[in-house]
Formats: sequence, structure tokens, C-alpha cells
Amino acid sequence: MAVDKATIGHIAKLARIRIPEAQQEALTGEFNNILGWIEQLGELDTEGVEPMTSVVEVRPTLRADAVTDGDCRDQVLANAPEPAHGFYAVPKVVE
Amino acid sequence: MTRLSELTIAQSRDGLTKGAFSARDLAEASIAAMESARPLNAFITETPERALEMAAASDARRAKGEAGVLEGIPLAIKDLFCTEGVLTTAASHILDGFVPPYESTVTANLWRAGAVMLGKTNMDEFAMGSSNTSSYYGNVENPWRRQGENRPLVPGGSSGGSAAAVAARVAPGATGTDTGGSIRQPGAFCGLVGMKPTYGRCSRWGVVAFASSLDQAGPLTRTVRDSALMLRAMASYDPKDSTSVDRPVPDYEAALDGRIRGLKIGIPKEYRVEGMPEEIEAIWRDGIKWLEAAGAAMIDISLPHTKYALPAYYIVAPAEASSNLARYDGVRYGLRVPGATPTEMYEATRGEGFGAEVKRRVMIGTYVLSAGYYDAYYNKARRVRALILRDFTEAFEKVDAILTPTAPSAAFAIGERTDDPISMYLNDVFTVPANLSGLPGISVPAALDADGLPLGLQVIGRAFDEETMLRVAGVLEDAAGFDAEPAFVAGR
Repeated sequence: MAVDKATIGHIAKLARIRIPEAQQEALTGEFNNILGWIEQLGELDTEGVEPMTSVVEVRPTLRADAVTDGDCRDQVLANAPEPAHGFYAVPKVVE
Repeated sequence: MTRLSELTIAQSRDGLTKGAFSARDLAEASIAAMESARPLNAFITETPERALEMAAASDARRAKGEAGVLEGIPLAIKDLFCTEGVLTTAASHILDGFVPPYESTVTANLWRAGAVMLGKTNMDEFAMGSSNTSSYYGNVENPWRRQGENRPLVPGGSSGGSAAAVAARVAPGATGTDTGGSIRQPGAFCGLVGMKPTYGRCSRWGVVAFASSLDQAGPLTRTVRDSALMLRAMASYDPKDSTSVDRPVPDYEAALDGRIRGLKIGIPKEYRVEGMPEEIEAIWRDGIKWLEAAGAAMIDISLPHTKYALPAYYIVAPAEASSNLARYDGVRYGLRVPGATPTEMYEATRGEGFGAEVKRRVMIGTYVLSAGYYDAYYNKARRVRALILRDFTEAFEKVDAILTPTAPSAAFAIGERTDDPISMYLNDVFTVPANLSGLPGISVPAALDADGLPLGLQVIGRAFDEETMLRVAGVLEDAAGFDAEPAFVAGR
């Protein structure tokens, strides 16, 4: 399943990564190399094999539905590139 | 007398216990070594003041008779572990200035055991790489050189800074993380012992996530004994990581009794790959002889789906990475590149903040998870993963441990193998299967190749049977008698 430059542009959009037009060509080639290589999995008959969900058998443990953390707004905001009035500031979403 | 920075963890422990030197002496020696090793670029952040504070606190605890398992031992920490109040970057531009207000469980366990933090080590960006050449903070150099050559070599990756720091005798031990071989391969390239424990043995809480179903923390050390000591302190059940496993942590050091008589060791025929250097075949044969001489029986086994492990890994790992790395959006922490709308800001931030390999993997992951391809790629890979685990489960009905080479080559020069991502991915051909199946693996330095570079042997154990794995690794270590030193040793 080879991809073209337009598909690369679409994937970049989905992944929210800006890829300059000039780099998209090279990336298309690399992408197709990698996809071509992983497609060897197609040789394997996996009919009836359950996809692995967890590598170790862990029974999820239940805990009380209680607040165990929080009340640390300043700590949470300490790393924000643009904190404002106790919130994260982002570019305008609605006009 | 040997420089204090050149002692192993066990030697340091013994000296501290006898009162021959203090934790402060050790910390000062390692801080000096760290400064003299700066040309290797092994550290992103040095924390000498914190090291001295922690060492003073350690000496005070010891004076009160409260010594932990790693009391007073200086350690280097891969910059993927969140450390409270200390810059944590994952070697990525996108985490610019990120200072975690919390401590990862593994590092908290180490500090509780008495260890002292020297600094945060360089690595491949987001742990994606096998050569430590994808860091935003620059390449790390391997302290080893080819004989008669001065070209800088890669330390392996992704835990390359940790491996370089331990090999150069800056610290006696360092933490690493291993998603596809990122502890064991740099261990082999730098002449060290590198262990990936069973998935679930160490908590992943507070470790910057790459591929959550594969990531596991472990130690890089110079000896098997030190590896056992560090794992004991690192491992724990952690309610904050739902995949960590609630089992007692054994005294791994006690397993190192050299008694492997009667053990059955599997030799998988599929690990003889085309184009593998004869020297690697030769050390594998040596490893077999050493274990036989100690009374173990070699059993030929087959792991028929081995060749599909790497391609399956390069679907599963990017898929999980694309999901995990979605959080880097320029809103809550790290780098923000402005844009007129939130979407433009996300795209600009991620376009500038991620390096080439990270972008490639996030995009591959996005593609294999996208509508229409999910089943053909992602579910297919998960099915193949189940087959790879089945291979091991069947093999472990017949054997107690498996012996293989760690990597298909010795360390290569910085800049080699960068033209094609797949040739770089092939570094992990022998290490990836243990990640896909959650099994513990350890690399032990076995010999030098014709160029004078270290080569490693890998022991793979049963899930949660690190003790047998370590016992076998200890026998290999004793028989190999590996005492070669790298070209660069800090302070010499």
C-alpha cells in the first residue's frame, strides 16, 4: 500500500505536525520504504489468532472512587508556556 | 589506590560499610569525573549541588544506622525519568524548560534506597533510536574507540548517555529504559551489563511514555551483581501504574550463586541471521561452552516467528507513540510556537518541537491507526505479537533460559547508517522479541572484536524469573572475565 505526497500531507494534518512542502517528497520515499518492509507481515497466516491486548496477565485492581490528588493548580500551571489568571491561555477559538 | 569514581556499586557499598570513605567522598569523585567526561556529552543536566546534599543526608542516615540497599551510591538518571524540581527533557526540544513537580516511582525508590543523583543523561529523542544521534542536545560519544582509530563511535541507544557515563567511570550505575533494546544494545556497545526486567516489574509512572506496552525501566552497570542490586531498589508494585505487578521483590543478589548445573539453556536457530559477523557467531559459541562447562545443558530450540518481530515492533511502537505524544501540544508545558488558531499552534509547535525520527514515527503510527488501515497493520501486528509470545511460551516449556547475541554488530561510527532508517532499526533484531513478549533480558559483555570493541551476549529469562536469568548471566560474566577498559576513562 504505497502512499503518495498528498497522503503524507493528510497524515501530517491528522498528526498535527507541520511538514514543509519541500520535506514532504523525501518523507514520502522513507514512508514507502518502511511500509514496504513492514508489509512482510502479510506472509504470515494469522487467521484465528487473537490480537494481543496485554503481555502480562494482570487483573485490574479496583480502588475506592475517591479523590486522592488535586488542589495543586499553581504546580500544574508552573510549566505552562502561557498561564493567565489561573488558566492555560490559547489562541482565540471563537470570534 | 583506585579512584573512587572507578569503583563498582558493590565495591562502593563495601567501602562505605567499612567506613573507608563517605558518601560525600564518592559524590565528589563522581562530580569531578562528570566534569572531565564532558566531551562525551553524556549528560543533559548535571546536578552536582543536589548530589552533595543527597550525599550529606546519606552520610547522616548511615551514622544513625539506617543504610538502604544503595546507600550513598551516586547514579546517573536517563532524562526520561521525571525528577522533581530538575529539568526533564526526554532529549526533545518540545519539552523545553519542563521541570516536573513530581518524582517518577523508580527514581523515588532509588532515593529511598539511599542513592545519590549526579544528573540527567542524554538519550535519543523520546527514546526513539539505537545510536543516540537523535537527541536535541547533540550526539553522545562512546568512550570506546576502534584500535588505532580516533573516529567517535555511537554508544548505542536510546540510553546512550547512561551507558557512556557508566563506561567512562563517571557513575557506577545508571537508569535506562528499554522499549526495543534501549538498555541492552547500548550495554553491549559500551562493554556494560544492561538489563531489561520483565514488563510490569518496575513502575512506569513518571517515566515519559514512548510505547506503553513495551517500555520498561532497568539498570546499566559494570557488573551483574550491580545490576541485581539496582533492580532490587528500582522494582516495586505501584498502584499508580496499572500494569505494574504486585509480587514481592526478591533479593536478586542472593541468586548469584553460580549454580547452573542441570539448567537447560535454549539456543534459538533463528538468531543466526544472514550477514552477521563471524566474530559474533564465535562469542555465541564461547558462551555456549562456558555454560556447558558450568554444568548447564544446551537445547536447540526454534522461535519460528523471530523474523517478524522487528516489522511488528515498527507498527506497535509507532502506533503507541503517536497516541502518547499527542499530549505535546504547546498548551500545558514545554515549547509553544505561536499560531493564529489552536490548530495552527499545535502544528507549528509539533513541527518545530519534534526531531525527524520522532516525526517519522508519530506519522507512521498515525497512519497504521487510521481508518481503513487499523486492521491491516495494527491488528495484524498484535496478532503477530501473540505468535511471538507463543514461540517463547513453548520454548520455556523445554528450557530455563535462552542465550543469544545482544546485537548483530559492535558500535559503529557516528554518522554511519543514517541514510536508511531500516538499517538502523536492524540493530534491535535480537532485543525486540523480548519486549514484544514482555520477557526479561540482560546483556553481558563477553569479548572484544578484532577492532577492540566490546560485544555482548544476551540471556532471556522466563517472565518474573530475573533470578535464573541473573544466575546464568553471572556465570557468563565469570567465564568471560571481561576486564577491558575503554579508551576514555574519566579523570585519567
